[in-house]
Amino acid sequence: MTAITHHISDDLLDAFVTGNLSHPFAVVVAAHLSLCDTCRARAEAAEMLGGALLDRIAPTSVSAGARDRLLDALDRAPLPRPPIQRSGIFPAPVMQALGGQPPKWRMLGGGIRQQILSADAEGSLRLLYIPPGRAVPEHSHGGLELTLVLQGSFSDSEGRFGRGDVETAHDEIDHQPIAGSEAPCICLAATDAPLRFRAAIPRLLQPLFRI
Amino acid sequence: MQDDTETPTQPTLWLLAVRDHRDRAAFLRLFEYFAPRLKAMLMRGGLRDGSAEDVVQDVMLTVWHKAAQFDPHRAEASAWIYRIARNRRIDLARRKPPPEPDALTEPEGSEPDAAQILALGQEAALLRKALDGMSPDQARVLEQAYFEDLPHSRISEVTGLPLGTIKSRIRLGLERLRRDLNYLRQP
Repeated sequence: MTAITHHISDDLLDAFVTGNLSHPFAVVVAAHLSLCDTCRARAEAAEMLGGALLDRIAPTSVSAGARDRLLDALDRAPLPRPPIQRSGIFPAPVMQALGGQPPKWRMLGGGIRQQILSADAEGSLRLLYIPPGRAVPEHSHGGLELTLVLQGSFSDSEGRFGRGDVETAHDEIDHQPIAGSEAPCICLAATDAPLRFRAAIPRLLQPLFRI
Repeated sequence: MQDDTETPTQPTLWLLAVRDHRDRAAFLRLFEYFAPRLKAMLMRGGLRDGSAEDVVQDVMLTVWHKAAQFDPHRAEASAWIYRIARNRRIDLARRKPPPEPDALTEPEGSEPDAAQILALGQEAALLRKALDGMSPDQARVLEQAYFEDLPHSRISEVTGLPLGTIKSRIRLGLERLRRDLNYLRQP
């Protein structure tokens, strides 16, 4: 496997660590951290700062009852459910978004498949499957789009992206990713706005597929 | 308590006693140290007194249940507990648990590396020293970023402050953390 060369920006990493990132982006960042030791170390270092600030904060007194109730609960409270584990190419945060099940792909035509994991006011999160050598329909979007490669690779005007790499695309980028020839490309893509396709046909299909 | 020469910190030692011996006295000390700080943090984040105390209880209960996952090579107690509180806050705000990266586990039978734990503690002490050198205004902006909701465009403004010192301190620790993570990944 080649080394990861496309990482998460400082802004997005800070937003993730401080809990200020929307759910779709947070899933992509958490999945990248699962694959990228460099960014995991950056995130844990930023958490050290959170801890140091917690050490320094002026304390607010807690009622005596709260302590007694907690001590009482230690043996009685149900154990937390074990978290969903990674499976195959999917890191734990992706398996969590999949509800612990393998993807249920929907055909989009041209051999391209997707599964929408979430779509709401915060944006959308989906898995995409692109056959080897196939282009993803050209699109631009109204905001930020993060795409993490989980299998295979794709290339576009910004470079080549392999497993673990994240492409951060702002709305000014009109990109046409093409999947590498070595294997089907599977990626996790998050946006904060619906995608807009440039060709007429995909635009007509957009409401149908919610891509 | 947070003396620069003290590594690992006292709270980290308490958390290790909870992790390794289910030590209730140590847990009580952790509660006495962190509960008032967590409550202050949660109230900064907009929770009222009563709900802040409920969340403090949730967080401390999670500390008790998940202590086995605490790794002193990679975090101090305060950073680990900050993360739990942050996750609980997200869970409550969005009504779904936040995504967490794959857990990393120590290889079976591995011995703690005292030098590594000491080095992390020294790094954290340097970080605290850098924080002490900040003006109240600068510290307040940082606290806003970590304790309150802030759109992430604001954070880049925040990090333009003499945070450079802090960030470079943090970066000093990265190489080592990364080596560690590589080590943890060995099958």
